[in-house]
Amino acid sequence: MSSKLKNIFFVLVSILIGFVIAGVILKLGGFDPFEAYKIMFLGIFSKLSYVSYTIIKSTPIILTGLSVAFAFKTGLFNIGAEGQFIIGATATAYAGYFLNLPSYIQIPTILLIGVVAAGLWGGVAGFLKSRFGIHEVISTIMLNWIALYLQNYIVMLPGFRKPESEASFDINASGSITILENWKYSDAGVAFLDLHPLIGDFLRPPFNAGIFIAFLAALIIYYILNKTTMGYQLRAVGFNKHAAEYGGINVRKNMITAMFISGGLAGLAGSLHVMGVSKNIAILAATEGYGFDGIAVALIGGNSPLGCVLSGFLFGGLKYSGAKIQSAMEAPSEIISIMIGIIVFFMAIPKLFKILSELKLKKLSKLSKLQK
Amino acid sequence: MFSDIALILGTTLMYSTPLIFTALGGVISEKSGVVNIGLEGMMTIGAFIGATVGYFTGNPWIALLAAGSAAMVLALFHAIASIHFAADQVISGMAINFLGPGISIFLCRIFFDGTTMSLSIPLDQKIPRPLNGFFAQNSFFDLIFNQYATVYLAFVLMAIIWFVLYKTRLGLRMQAVGEHPKAADSLGISVYKIRYIAVLCSGFLAGIGGASMALSVVSNFRPTLISGQGFIALAAIIFGKWKPQGATLACLLFGGAQAFVIFLGNPQVGVNISSQLLAMIPYILTILILMGFVGRTNAPAAVGVPFEKH
Repeated sequence: MSSKLKNIFFVLVSILIGFVIAGVILKLGGFDPFEAYKIMFLGIFSKLSYVSYTIIKSTPIILTGLSVAFAFKTGLFNIGAEGQFIIGATATAYAGYFLNLPSYIQIPTILLIGVVAAGLWGGVAGFLKSRFGIHEVISTIMLNWIALYLQNYIVMLPGFRKPESEASFDINASGSITILENWKYSDAGVAFLDLHPLIGDFLRPPFNAGIFIAFLAALIIYYILNKTTMGYQLRAVGFNKHAAEYGGINVRKNMITAMFISGGLAGLAGSLHVMGVSKNIAILAATEGYGFDGIAVALIGGNSPLGCVLSGFLFGGLKYSGAKIQSAMEAPSEIISIMIGIIVFFMAIPKLFKILSELKLKKLSKLSKLQK
Repeated sequence: MFSDIALILGTTLMYSTPLIFTALGGVISEKSGVVNIGLEGMMTIGAFIGATVGYFTGNPWIALLAAGSAAMVLALFHAIASIHFAADQVISGMAINFLGPGISIFLCRIFFDGTTMSLSIPLDQKIPRPLNGFFAQNSFFDLIFNQYATVYLAFVLMAIIWFVLYKTRLGLRMQAVGEHPKAADSLGISVYKIRYIAVLCSGFLAGIGGASMALSVVSNFRPTLISGQGFIALAAIIFGKWKPQGATLACLLFGGAQAFVIFLGNPQVGVNISSQLLAMIPYILTILILMGFVGRTNAPAAVGVPFEKH
């Protein structure tokens, strides 16, 4: 087997183990795992609105996954996707409320503002590492908290805060990327969707253009990493910093670039979330976990753009449908976090599979010797 | 004025304690060469088990031990992966961070009728305050030193861990294993055994750290109770240059900043600064202080590198 195929096989086995062990845990907790998995499966595929919700839930974590994966490729561990997401969301929400341009200018403008703001936020961590040698894990943990409080501060600013609430005003409709948002509630739209219930069902959730932008981002990242000099340099720094430096690559500059792009991707997730789903930002008591989920998405996706898209969908589907076992059979939906933990855990120990396959080979050779 | 200072110092001690336990554990693990990014998950399970066992037994000490043991079980997985299976320690640590909160809330729903918050422990069944009534109530010393027993335990532990790490054979071996496992191995030190001891200790202490949050600072478990403190402890380890006393000081700084923010947030104090901006201070401060450390890393040389015996 080629190493790529082997890796895919290894991921699939880890996922399978995750499902099996989580099933055993459900059973021990007194819940029927087959029933739970059935509810989850139907909870994603039995209605088009469920499919639509799954896509909506998957969009941000595909992007934070890409963000973490991109940094990993350069040898950086970006725990800060969480904070970069917040900065992207905040900048876009702020710009989206105070600017009101025609849609075709408004949308790219507020999106770009979010992405650049988050890119700079990520770039700070890159700068701190390259200039002061501060480990990015520490600086991004700190920056996550700073971002959280910054968002809480900005939400409460007079003029931006929606009175008597813990949230900001909604962004102007010109910045919305929700598909057919006005039309679907108009008379013509309602009449059409009544005639075409399947389309109506699909459009009932806030289905938005975010997923297409996420696909595009994955393509661009694939292209940058594999087809450009910049990507080559970034990966070289990731493989071996010292060798790259010796080869004439500016390691410091590449670290900052990598964190800028990584931060921008996480910020894109936040911006799209505001423009397509939430429309505003609200006071946060704790981080929402998009960045941490992104770490799992990147790990399960083998740090490749395509892998992140696939694992993002898996993860988004699990999270969305996991909530349904809670309401349907009162089984704790946290089983999903446990399952993801198990999958990531087995992903961490490829050696286990190597040992197992070596054992099998030994057994086989013993058997063949015996047969002789 | 004086009572304000005392109040800030007292709050500092209370809020630093969970961090100190956890960071001390992290120091031990990293000294032996194993990165423990899973502290957050271990703290969370400690907080949950502590709160639950405390609620059902009424004995905070049994609860504390149970919490440490539960987190140690989680640490065992991290240890097996990082030591025997040469795992990428950051990945296996992240797995722990998904497992810890996942298992805690899963079990919480089972033990507490589907809710994600455990029931409160009565005041007299929390960790006791050994110096309660020793000083006049609300006097200067009372505000500072009338603390939960876990606060004192944390400082005693710091001294013990300092002593063990620098003055005993086990500690020196631990450091050798973290600096140069091959050399240690060639001298007949069992790298695996030492690393197992270190990672398990680290789990135990992180569990105690989480439980000290649930059994003293508050009196129950809830999903947001730990949110991020394990990572702050991780930062404190690096901030404290991988030394028990340094990490403790870093935790005190975080706790102090938090106490200061709480103090200024009190409307009676009458400081007119947004509490949100104040809350950023400890994190900005950390970055600024780390900027002063340019190029001076004291990380154990082999931290994060799996050791494979051939």
